[in-house]
Amino acid sequence: MSVLLTVEDLKVRFPTRTGVVEAVRGVSFALGRERLGIVGESGSGKSQTGRAIMGLTPPQAEVTAKTLSFDGIDLLNVPPKRLRDLRGKRIAMILQDPKYSLNPVMSIGRQIVETLRQHEKVSRAEARERTLDMLAAVQIRDPKRVFDLYPHEVSGGMGQRAMIAMMLIAGPELLIADEPTSALDVTVQLEVLSILDKLVSERGMGLIFVSHDLRLVSSFCDRVLVMYAGRIVEEIAALDLANAKHPYTQGLLNCMPVIGADRHPLPVLDRKPEWAL
Amino acid sequence: MTAVVSLENLSVVFDGFKALDDVSVEIAAGESFGLVGESGSGKSTLLRAIAGLAPTSAGTIRVEGHTLEGARDKAFYRAVQMVFQDPYGSLHPRQTIDRQLAEPLAIHGFGDSERRILTALDEVGLGSGFRFRYPHQLSGGQRQRVAIARALILEPTILLLDEPTSALDASVQAEVLNLLEEVRRQRRLTFLMVSHDLGVVTHMCDRLAVMQGGRVVERLTSADLVAGRIAEDYTLNLMVASKGFRREAAPAPG
Repeated sequence: MSVLLTVEDLKVRFPTRTGVVEAVRGVSFALGRERLGIVGESGSGKSQTGRAIMGLTPPQAEVTAKTLSFDGIDLLNVPPKRLRDLRGKRIAMILQDPKYSLNPVMSIGRQIVETLRQHEKVSRAEARERTLDMLAAVQIRDPKRVFDLYPHEVSGGMGQRAMIAMMLIAGPELLIADEPTSALDVTVQLEVLSILDKLVSERGMGLIFVSHDLRLVSSFCDRVLVMYAGRIVEEIAALDLANAKHPYTQGLLNCMPVIGADRHPLPVLDRKPEWAL
Repeated sequence: MTAVVSLENLSVVFDGFKALDDVSVEIAAGESFGLVGESGSGKSTLLRAIAGLAPTSAGTIRVEGHTLEGARDKAFYRAVQMVFQDPYGSLHPRQTIDRQLAEPLAIHGFGDSERRILTALDEVGLGSGFRFRYPHQLSGGQRQRVAIARALILEPTILLLDEPTSALDASVQAEVLNLLEEVRRQRRLTFLMVSHDLGVVTHMCDRLAVMQGGRVVERLTSADLVAGRIAEDYTLNLMVASKGFRREAAPAPG
């Protein structure tokens, strides 16, 4: 398997008034063209890991790594112009809530066209054509109508599909999805996931799926990294999840209420200080 | 069955859009009743209509034998309290926890507020150390505990819960659900709980109603749901969806 992304000893620090907060403390992994899940609670550093790869860490934070390279390109020392070409074209990111991550004053079609024309020299007409095809590929029934709609005029599930269309139109090799379905209804969640799943496997992309829902991630990914307090505490094949060794992983698995399991009270995580060491 | 909350043929219309369409529900004293459905199914509107936050255009709402119309009186708010979905939006950002807990006590003329605030914080598992903090100094789970404390401090008999854990992490959700169950047992509260997560609702509630497009499409007990005695396709869909993603069985998107 060829390695697409190498992350070695990634650290993200936020200087604050009360001292330095270490959000990510030495994360290492390598990613090929596969589906990798990153799971953890709020504050575990999972989103900051994804954002650091994308170069979206806030300016006041400090990112260091022994290696952070995408296809041989050092992402930490790449000139801004080159990084701009890379982002959106070869690495793309889907964010959690389409309500906030789409431009509210631009129609959906125009936003997708803008992405495409930023990265490829295509005529207006061709860009429009490809955008409509892409909207159809994410199972939007009436692409022509949706093309001219604004984000507030569509439902959350539709907005998230438009977001996926926008991210995939330039044909990226690596897709980072940060809680792509957490803002959606359960039934819509599955639709969006199956669209994402189909497109990712058809196009042979690498996928990093960041979520707090361990069961969802493990049903979707090949491999799962479990993060706690800025570190990876366990790496496990998704099929092997039932044999998770770390008590934190087991806790995350057990704390969800499951239909048919009569457990009162629900088991809760007993967070041990040594997990964070 | 003595119903403490009963809705008869309730309709709520917003500018011609029927958010609730002829809904009737009865909830017995001490029961925990769940409402499930997708966004826009009217489940939150139903709670808001009971609390007097949504205009009713037809039907009657009865709580503890009183028919409710127009503005609710103080006695109503003493008996019925609500916990909202988003703990980031439901606490005043510039008031300390102490002040937010003291306000309902002052409005309802409770004495002994010092002791009540301390017990309320203690009951939801926050120590007195949290008393003079601001909401932004707390995590999501801690804020939701404060919201629950604020609802419980008036010693209500009915709690309206609007997706109380959907903004929280799975691990924190378990803690808050356990807390809610604990206070319900201790105080013999009646719960009316809204959620889009069937797992959460079957865990917390004895009976539930499934809503779609402003109507109740199915009523069943949690035991029915667990045993798969489901009549409506829509409920079945929700049930499948709650089991998580499966590559081969993922529904063909429409």
